[in-house]
Amino acid sequence: MAEDVTKTAEAAVLTGWRAGAAGVLQSLQGTKGYYAALMISGVLLLAAVAAGIHAQYIGTMNAYGASREVPWGILISTYVFFVVTSTGLCLVSSIGHVFGVKEFMPIAKRAIFLSIMTIMAGFFVIAFEIENPLRMALYNVISPNLTSNIWWMGTLYGAYMFFMAVEFTFLVINKPKIATIIGFMGVVAGIAAHSNLGAVFGMLHGREFWYGPYMPIYFIASAMMSGAATIIFFTWLAYKVNGQKMDGLMKKALQVTTKVGILLISVILFFTAWKFITGFVGGEAKTAALEMLLSGSYAFNFWGLEVAAGMVIPLALFIASRGQNLKMIVTASALMIFGIFFMRYDLVVVGQLVPVYYELGVNEYSELLSYTPSAHEILIVLGGMGFVGLTFLLGEKVFGGHKSEIH
Amino acid sequence: MLLKKINIEAMKREDAEIIPPLERRDFLKLGLLITGVFAGGSILSATSIVGKAFASTREFTEQYPYKPHYSMLVHQDRCIDCEVCTTVCAKTNNVPTYGYRTRILEREDRKAVDRSREFIPVLCNQCNTPPCVIGCPTKATYKSATTGIVMMESKKCIGCKTCMAACPYNARYFNEETRAVDKCDFCFNSRLSRGEKLTACAEACPAKARIFGDLSDSGSEVFRTVHNMEKTVWVLRPEAGAKPNVFYTKG
Repeated sequence: MAEDVTKTAEAAVLTGWRAGAAGVLQSLQGTKGYYAALMISGVLLLAAVAAGIHAQYIGTMNAYGASREVPWGILISTYVFFVVTSTGLCLVSSIGHVFGVKEFMPIAKRAIFLSIMTIMAGFFVIAFEIENPLRMALYNVISPNLTSNIWWMGTLYGAYMFFMAVEFTFLVINKPKIATIIGFMGVVAGIAAHSNLGAVFGMLHGREFWYGPYMPIYFIASAMMSGAATIIFFTWLAYKVNGQKMDGLMKKALQVTTKVGILLISVILFFTAWKFITGFVGGEAKTAALEMLLSGSYAFNFWGLEVAAGMVIPLALFIASRGQNLKMIVTASALMIFGIFFMRYDLVVVGQLVPVYYELGVNEYSELLSYTPSAHEILIVLGGMGFVGLTFLLGEKVFGGHKSEIH
Repeated sequence: MLLKKINIEAMKREDAEIIPPLERRDFLKLGLLITGVFAGGSILSATSIVGKAFASTREFTEQYPYKPHYSMLVHQDRCIDCEVCTTVCAKTNNVPTYGYRTRILEREDRKAVDRSREFIPVLCNQCNTPPCVIGCPTKATYKSATTGIVMMESKKCIGCKTCMAACPYNARYFNEETRAVDKCDFCFNSRLSRGEKLTACAEACPAKARIFGDLSDSGSEVFRTVHNMEKTVWVLRPEAGAKPNVFYTKG
């Protein structure tokens, strides 16, 4: 009897699986461009896995550009980039489906999906940076250090990812009320996790460039800026992928998201200006770091990529678009994502380029340090992007363009 | 003249907290004037360092929190950069060639009147508020409750390198063999725990530039120098707020 039940259940599960798999395959119909994009993303992802494993095999000391003096390189900054984006997507989308501002509703589902994928991309990248992921899994649980922001960040991001995944599930099975409650918990966990990420840098009292309460605050504002840009860009891309035309509600949603973008770029410009102005009355080490950005070896990154591409040009385009000109809006958000990537890079790297003994005036540390990402590191970074690309492309088809009914 | 401004009466009150800031500053200037040392802004105080180097003056000077409270005093002018210390350190503690637990930095001043070059041995400062210990997610690095030494429990190290980024003294490196961050532990594992009294570097130094000892023992050389009003004693990077236990002096 029991055997029969098991067999029936097995059969049912198998049939379900087959139907599901067939459905997924059915839904994966797309253009040649779509398949090419899928392929490229997949190759990038696989190359990253290969590079990451190889790096562990030959030793990260040999494989990565990071060093004793500059222990955190592009893998950490890319992790920051992805989790900032994820938190931002969560926050921007919550305006609609958690806090009830109707205009934001149409972007919500896709934003939540992407927030899960971007945080997973972040975890993917940092998994190759952490030397002993297995020890991490064990000792994070049995030997937690409650004064450590890294510990809090990791733990809270774990909770955040869980809430976002549950929220998304409830949205997919069309239970918006529960999704809203879980979504709120996701927002709380996201803000807590993300400010802790800021504090990972802000609480390092030996590093003047980062130290202070500025970082957690900056990270939250910066996340919303990233989130606005990312959801605009990927929504536009999704409609290209699906070969559909946006309806009025979606256009309206992008229009209001543009406003969020304008506001947050302004906030970050304001923050950045004051960081520099206050920084120049700081010590020699802090001034040296700021000068590197303003006129030194990172001046192009700062002025060209962070300020121009990441903020000023998008701000001008957003304003000029009046929320109507989609080309301008999309160009602006693509530029922002590109610029913000380097914003994170500069933040992480330049913070370490002033040697800790710089002010001691010793020969060994009279010069500023340097860091160049290695091929292994770059491949892993691209793999993180491949992961987002791949899951985005698949997600659009599997979840039917993340269409949501407004309740 | 700086010397004229000094209120001698006030100077006799030795408790650092009693001295008003202005007079204190004058006193500092006097210290610098007398010793003629201006070490690139790294001088913390011309008086006994203890009050400034710890979190709370009374708490720490009346009773040191660790017994023994291990610390090191570096006679900066005695170091001749012979590198015996770094060599024995590597040998004693199995430090690979790509890493180091201690090294000697060199400072040059072409305009200096006499000696134009000096050497500054650096190592883990075994801080009282160690940024590495605060930041470590898994307590792989911790402050020993008995000796005050900042220790490593390698098996717990996840290799996130937060401690390396956090350290104001660049005292840490990632050891590929143990797959954990490694650092100076005042030779606790290799020597002190086996009954030895000194670190390998302190024992080997031919110039007696490194004095290792117990700051809570009023008879130790470290204590007697650090608590000596006549001596100029300082720590590196006091502004980082880590409250180090490696002290520097000259003369």
